[in-house]
Amino acid sequence: MIHFLIHDSADTVGVAVVDIQAGTDCTGRDLSNNHPLQARAEEYIPLGHKLALKDFAPGDTVIKYGCEIGKVVQPIRAGQHVHTHNLKTKRWA
Amino acid sequence: MTDHTIYAYRRENGRVGIRNHVVILPVDDISNAACEAVASNIKNTMALPHAYGRLQFGEDLDLFFRTMIGIGSNPNVAAVVVIGIESGWTNRIVEGIAKTGKPVSGFSIEGKGDIQTIADASYRAKEYVQWASELRREACKFHELYISVKCGESDTTTGLASCPTVGNVIDKHCALKGTASFGETSELTGAEHIVSAKAANETVRQQFLAAFEDYTRLVFAERTDDLSESQPTKGNIAGGLTTIEEKALGNVEKLGKKTQFVGCLKPGEAPGGEGLWFMDTSSAAAEAVTLWAASGAVVHLFPTGQGNVVGNPIEPVIKLSGNPKTVATMKEHIDLDVSPILQGQMTLDQAGNALIEMIVRTANGRLTAAEALGHREFVMTKLYRSA
Repeated sequence: MIHFLIHDSADTVGVAVVDIQAGTDCTGRDLSNNHPLQARAEEYIPLGHKLALKDFAPGDTVIKYGCEIGKVVQPIRAGQHVHTHNLKTKRWA
Repeated sequence: MTDHTIYAYRRENGRVGIRNHVVILPVDDISNAACEAVASNIKNTMALPHAYGRLQFGEDLDLFFRTMIGIGSNPNVAAVVVIGIESGWTNRIVEGIAKTGKPVSGFSIEGKGDIQTIADASYRAKEYVQWASELRREACKFHELYISVKCGESDTTTGLASCPTVGNVIDKHCALKGTASFGETSELTGAEHIVSAKAANETVRQQFLAAFEDYTRLVFAERTDDLSESQPTKGNIAGGLTTIEEKALGNVEKLGKKTQFVGCLKPGEAPGGEGLWFMDTSSAAAEAVTLWAASGAVVHLFPTGQGNVVGNPIEPVIKLSGNPKTVATMKEHIDLDVSPILQGQMTLDQAGNALIEMIVRTANGRLTAAEALGHREFVMTKLYRSA
């Protein structure tokens, strides 16, 4: 079973394609080259939500589709849930 | 791919339609009641009540007439009865629709009242609907379909599965010299560099960027916050989308991998030829699909993640979803399930071919989920307050 996907090899978050329980050792896939990936979920990540693939500090930029999707506003550790509580738009702020 | 044969209605001007509506079209809000009465009297006709048509001016009035005339001219419409409060603007719309060669008549209420107008218009509507009922579908080609695309209540599965499925169809359709259109101007924010790189030439690229920057100015002029509950929507956020940039990058997967866009259209403007066209639209589903129906699009491809249920009275809306939860919990709304893409059990090419098969079935007469459920959202775009 695939737990998460990334769009581009430069991506720093993965998308959960099933509900992922905290503590799960996850199997992922890079859609740009079909390479397998591994990550550990430190929190519950619902289907469709994002899993941090590295540690982030406030001010860092998150990459998905190989592009910027916003700026980090709270510290995030690899394996944590990335969403509106720790990531904001750079465009309409 | 093969240019599939479809069975559709070839209209007087040569354009291909997949539905055979007789429309009772109000010019203005105060003619809605008469139009609904005619549609009640004469079976298999359809009134399109709306909120506007009085005291509009300038560019907003131009858009109003473009929308009214475009809806009547859509190849999915066989014939039109137009009813307005007075004869001037009523006749302007009748004359615009008449350029297609299809049957169209106008009636106005002042000097007669609703009851006489309803009687006169009902006699004409009855003639039209009986005439239209004898029109027959004939063999046409898939590439003759003008297809519009827009997603709604997107989530991250939209960018992974349903939007790239639409992109696969756009690449195949445009390779056959078909016509298609995308839009959602504000929802390209964060992916505008990807869109502008797909412009066929520098003029088109500059036109696109001008429309995009104009919409960005509107957002900054009117916003009271970072739009974080409007764009992305609450549904987008529940589905895992966090920012407008992330939503836009999934959205533009609908544009395909190979296709360049050949021109930029004003809201509701008809494309001037084959290929993929950008239209300057709102990202709200019913408003945008209504503009594409006004531009002559005959079938709409609508990827959804969390389950937007929108339909349109003129243009059938085909829904596809890559979210396995939505496909299970809202199955009556979904025409095509592409969720097996998420586990690598379906390729984008396979999903694109499945969507093409669903378009062919819809063109041949299959009712979409939105049609069967009675979704007829007709929402005109208004640019600013009336005079």
